[in-house]
Amino acid sequence: MDEQEIVKTELRWGMVVAAAVGVIVAVIIVSSFVLAMHPPSHVETIDPTTLSKSREFAEGNLGTRLNPDGSVTVRIIATQYAFVPRCIPVPQGRPVTIRITSPDVIHGFIIAGTNANTMVVPGYVAEVRTVFKDAGDHLMPCHEYCGFGHSEMWSLVRVVAQSKWHNDENGRASCETSR
Amino acid sequence: MEERAVKHRVEPLVLAHIGVAFAMFAVAAVLGAWQMMARSPFGAPYASPETYFASVTAHGTIMAYVMPILFIMGFGYFVAVTALDRPLPSMRLAWTGFWLAAVGICMAVATIVMGEASVLYTFYPPLTGSVYFYLGLVIVVVASWLWVALMIWAMAAWKRENPGHPVPLAMFATVTNAILWLWTTGGVAVELLFQVIPAALGWTQTIDVGLARTLFSWTLHPIVYFWLLPAYIAFYTMAPQAAGGRLYSDMMGRLSFILFLLVSLPVGLHHLFMDPEHGTGFKFVQTMLTAVLLAPTLLTVFTICASMEIAGRLRGGRGLFGWIGALPWDRPMVLATGLAFILLGFGGFGGVVNMAYGLNAMVHNTSWVTAHFHLIFGGSVVIMYFAITYEIWPKLLGRQPLSLKHIRGQLWLWFVGILLTTLPWHALGLLGQPRRVATFDYSNPAIASWGPWTEASVVGGFIMLASALLFVWNLATLYRSSPDVDRMRYAIAVNPPQRLPKALNGFALWNALVLFLMVAAYGYPIGQFFLIDVHPALVHHFESGG
Repeated sequence: MDEQEIVKTELRWGMVVAAAVGVIVAVIIVSSFVLAMHPPSHVETIDPTTLSKSREFAEGNLGTRLNPDGSVTVRIIATQYAFVPRCIPVPQGRPVTIRITSPDVIHGFIIAGTNANTMVVPGYVAEVRTVFKDAGDHLMPCHEYCGFGHSEMWSLVRVVAQSKWHNDENGRASCETSR
Repeated sequence: MEERAVKHRVEPLVLAHIGVAFAMFAVAAVLGAWQMMARSPFGAPYASPETYFASVTAHGTIMAYVMPILFIMGFGYFVAVTALDRPLPSMRLAWTGFWLAAVGICMAVATIVMGEASVLYTFYPPLTGSVYFYLGLVIVVVASWLWVALMIWAMAAWKRENPGHPVPLAMFATVTNAILWLWTTGGVAVELLFQVIPAALGWTQTIDVGLARTLFSWTLHPIVYFWLLPAYIAFYTMAPQAAGGRLYSDMMGRLSFILFLLVSLPVGLHHLFMDPEHGTGFKFVQTMLTAVLLAPTLLTVFTICASMEIAGRLRGGRGLFGWIGALPWDRPMVLATGLAFILLGFGGFGGVVNMAYGLNAMVHNTSWVTAHFHLIFGGSVVIMYFAITYEIWPKLLGRQPLSLKHIRGQLWLWFVGILLTTLPWHALGLLGQPRRVATFDYSNPAIASWGPWTEASVVGGFIMLASALLFVWNLATLYRSSPDVDRMRYAIAVNPPQRLPKALNGFALWNALVLFLMVAAYGYPIGQFFLIDVHPALVHHFESGG
C-alpha cells in the first residue's frame, strides 16, 4: 500500500471520529440547555466554623419548610457522622430546593433512585433543585469518605403524597407529622 | 563478549522496577478481594472501619501510584535502551531514582499499616493523616521526576547522534508519557507541599478545601492516561509485530500520542461536576474538551485494527472478517490486545456517561464510577502490563518464553474476572449504592436487593485475584526455562518515516500548547479562590471525628 492510499483511509475514518464526537457534544449541549440539566454549581460561600451561629443553618432552622409560593426548601447540615435532620419529608410533585453544607469535612449525598446528587464541601452551600414525582422512601447515604463513621451516615427522604402532607403554621414539616 | 538479548547492562534495573511493581500489585490484589468480601453479605474476617479504610488506602495508593509509576519507569528504561540501542545517559541517576522510590514506598506503606494514614489515596483534606504518608508519596514522585529527566536526556542524546532522523515511535511515545507525567504531577505536588503537608505538621490550622480539590482534579484525569500510555505503546509498537504484520501508520501513532498529551490535562474539572465551588461555565468548557479526548482513542482503534488486518491477510485470512480468525490468538500480546479492546469498549461507554455534564448526577460517587475505573485500569492498563511483561521478562532474563497455555489461561481469567466484578457494580451504581462504604446493613429491605449483585461481583474479584497470583507464578516459572537470546523487535510501519517535520519529532511546540490550554481551562477555576470570599475549613485529623 502506498502512503497516499493510507492517508485517504485515515481521513475517511477521521471524519467518522469527528462525527461521533460531534454527536456526543450535540447531545450534551441539547440536554443541558434545552432540558436545563445542569450540575449543582452554586458557588455560594459560608464560614464553616460558625455555622451554628448563622441564621440559615442554626439548628432550629434545619429541615423542611413550605414557602409561601408553594415551593419547598430543605436545609441540611452534613457532619461527622450524620445528616441533620435524619429523616426529610418532601411533598410529592412540588419543586424542592435542598440547601446543604458542612461544618467539618467533605461529605456528599445521593438520593437513591433519583438524580439528586451533590458534594458537600465545607466553606460552601451546595444547592440541588428537583421535583419528586412518586411517593415513597428513598435512601440518602453520604457518598464521600468522611472518616471511620462514614459507613453509618445515612438519612431517609420521605416523599409524601399531597393528601397526606402536613405542615405547621410556619410551613415546617417533619417525618412525624407527614407520613 | 557474551551475547545478550538486552544490551547496555540495563536488565537488573528494569527487573528491579517491574519486580517491585508486581510484588506490590499482588499485595493490593489480596486487599481488594478482602474489601469486596467485607462490603458484601458474606462479610470478612478482621473487618472493622479501621481495617477497611486502611486497606482501601493501601489498595488505592499501590494501584494508583506505586505499581504504575514503578512499572512505567522500568518499561521506560527498557524502551530507551532497546529502541534507541544506546546506553542510558546515567545509570547512577536511574538507580538513585529506584532507591528513592523504595524509601518513599516503605514510608507510605508503613504509615498506612500502622493505621496512621486512613485518608484514602485521594487525601480528602481537611482530613489529614500522618505527615510521613504524604512525604513518602512526595519522595516516590520526586524519584519519578528523575526518570522523566533520564527519558528526555536519552532522546536528546540520540537526536544529537542521529540528526534529522525520526525518533523511533516507541521512544517518542515514552517521552510523551514522561512529559505528560511531569505536567500531571504539578497539581497534586502543589496541593501536598503547600496545603496538606503544612497542615499535617501542625503549621497551619485551616485548609482552603475548594482549592485543594481543584488542584487534585488537575492530576486526577491525566494520571489515567499516564497509566494507559504504556498500553498504547504496546498496541502500536508490539501488537502488530507479535501478530506478524506491520504498523499501518507511524504518523497516526505520533499524532495520537500528542493528542493525549494535549487533551488529557485541561479536563479534570469533570471530576468536580457535583462540587459547589465551581460554576457551570468552566464545567461546561472542560466537558467539551473531554469529548475531544475520544478522538485519539478512536484513531488508535482504527490504526491497530488496520495493522492487525494486514497480519491476518498475510496469514491467509480472506473476506471482510476472515482476517480476524486468521490472527495468531495463541500469542499473549495478540490475545491481550483483543481482550483489552473489548474491555476498552465497555469502559469507554461508561466514561462517556460520566463525562456527560448532565448525566453525571445519576452516577457520581456511586459504585458505577468504581466500576468504570476498575474496568479501564484492570481491563486496559493492567492486562497490557501483563502482556508487556510476558514479552520482555524472558528477554531480560535471557531465557526462552513461557508455556503459552498458562499465559492464555491467566489472561482469560483476568478478562472474565474483571467483567464479573464490574458489570454488577455498574448496576449497583444505578440502584444508588454509594462508593467507599465499609459495610452495608443488608437487613434493611431497601438495601437487601443489592446483596445478590454484590455477591456476584465478589466471585469476579476472586477470579481476578486467582489470575493475579497465577501471573506472579508464571513469571517465577521462567527462572527454570532454558537460556535463549531473543532480541526485542518493535513493529515496523508499512511506510517507515524517513524525515519528519520538526514538530512531530520533539515537544517544544506541544509543551507551549499544553501551557496555553491549562491557563485557559484552569486559570480562572484556580484563580477564583484568590478572588472570592473564601472560608477555609479547620484541619481534622482523620481519627478525631465524632
